[in-house]
Amino acid sequence: MNEKVFSNLMSQLRSKKFTFTGELEPEKTTDLKKVIEAANKLRGYVVACNVTDNPQSFGYVSSLAASYIVQRDTGMETIYQLTCRDRNRIAIFSDLLGAAALGIENVLALTGDHTTLGDTPQAKPVFDLDSVQLIHMIRRMVDEGADPNGKEIENPPKFHVGGGVNPNAKPLEPELIKLEKKITAGAEFFQTQVVFEIETAKRFLDETRKYNVPILIGIFPLRSYGVAEYFDKTVPGVHVPRDLLEALSKAKDIQDKDKRRAKCNEINFEYFVGFIKEIKNTTQASGCHIMSVGYEEIVPRLVEAVK
Amino acid sequence: MIITEQKPMEEVLEMLKPFEKVFIIGCGTCSTVCQTGGEEQVKEMTDKLKKERKVITGTVIIETPCDARILRRDTRKLKEDIEKSDAILAMTCGAGVQDIVEHLGKTTVPGLNTKFLGQIERIGEFYERCRACGECILYETGGICPIVRCPKSMLNGPCGGMYDGKCEVGRYQRDCAWVMIYNRLKDLGMLNLYRTIKHPRDNSRLNVQPREIIWTKV
Repeated sequence: MNEKVFSNLMSQLRSKKFTFTGELEPEKTTDLKKVIEAANKLRGYVVACNVTDNPQSFGYVSSLAASYIVQRDTGMETIYQLTCRDRNRIAIFSDLLGAAALGIENVLALTGDHTTLGDTPQAKPVFDLDSVQLIHMIRRMVDEGADPNGKEIENPPKFHVGGGVNPNAKPLEPELIKLEKKITAGAEFFQTQVVFEIETAKRFLDETRKYNVPILIGIFPLRSYGVAEYFDKTVPGVHVPRDLLEALSKAKDIQDKDKRRAKCNEINFEYFVGFIKEIKNTTQASGCHIMSVGYEEIVPRLVEAVK
Repeated sequence: MIITEQKPMEEVLEMLKPFEKVFIIGCGTCSTVCQTGGEEQVKEMTDKLKKERKVITGTVIIETPCDARILRRDTRKLKEDIEKSDAILAMTCGAGVQDIVEHLGKTTVPGLNTKFLGQIERIGEFYERCRACGECILYETGGICPIVRCPKSMLNGPCGGMYDGKCEVGRYQRDCAWVMIYNRLKDLGMLNLYRTIKHPRDNSRLNVQPREIIWTKV
């Protein structure tokens, strides 16, 4: 494993302090106002924020541009998400050098959703590399100062590279072997797919204890019953616990908008404080990755409550 | 086998619009099995074109129209009928069409769409199983090809779009190639092949120019 520490994220993960990361989702716009506002709300509560790369294959403003602007305008450290869907290895390599030149220090290397799931399904799916190969390529750039063919990079980039992993995968074993491959390739930290059930998270953490690698469990505070229902019904493998779903369902009948929101906040607060405390106190997880796009207001309270 | 589908009749007629006299060539191998360019389909096409007031100067089913030797041999006696036509309608795969163009020198209209290199389960049930990528890795993957069976052609395991062994592309109707590979290698006691990182493919040797294999004497 790389001994050097380049970023606040890695410094905190190495210090064994329970760590929070957040998530920012650039949209179909040239105005990054909303992302900057969101970053400002999270600042001080999460050590760094992921900036998504055309999630679900919807075309949005570049994650590299957004990562840079967020760092420049808010001081929030970013985790630049980079997928293999839209670029071949030349373009990815080039973007990575650009990212380093712009002061990006963390990269989350992902394969990316398939093009046909997005809003431009006619596009050519590239997938010249997969996530394991991308991680390996980044580590060579950093550790050996070499391009994919071993050619020297003048002033090599200084990145920490992370990977994704899905605790809900069924069967889980092929996913765990893939996790091993990512570690072998040089991944230094992992952020997981959303998990709502504490048992699923704990079982996964049990299985991965032997790898001794920082893992941040992905959580997704549920702004409304609609969001909860969406996850429960349409994202296979992601189950929202019955109690939580029912509580949110009841809250949706509250007529007054402010009261409804306050109730939702209460329900989330109660559920996720319990969830995070359980992870923090009973597992080896390094922290939680909070995906709260459009619901940043919940984050400061959650983080404060589990300190 | 090369799996083909017939083009819609309107498209065929549109391409044949400038031509009155047509010679039809079918394929006795793949297109016969796919029932897209065999004896019966050539007959049906002849009838349809006659109804559209085309003159059919002749028809033939070539056993393998993609094989220049067979194509030349089996069209020799038909030279006159072919010459009389304004265009050839080729009910063959794309390789057949191009062989015809190259060796018979006539304007040639493709009657079929070439779909894939496939396996035939039964007539009417064809599965794409090979992308002719040129670097076979089937040994390492338990005989299941991730290049063709994974929508992302991933080489190191399933992506986050797998659930319950199914692939999110196409709404979880099909099996995830990497779960199949994992299960197969596990059964074979060869999971070490899955555990080994597979490095990116060398595309400089693939998909650059049309591939040619020319034997040279040693």
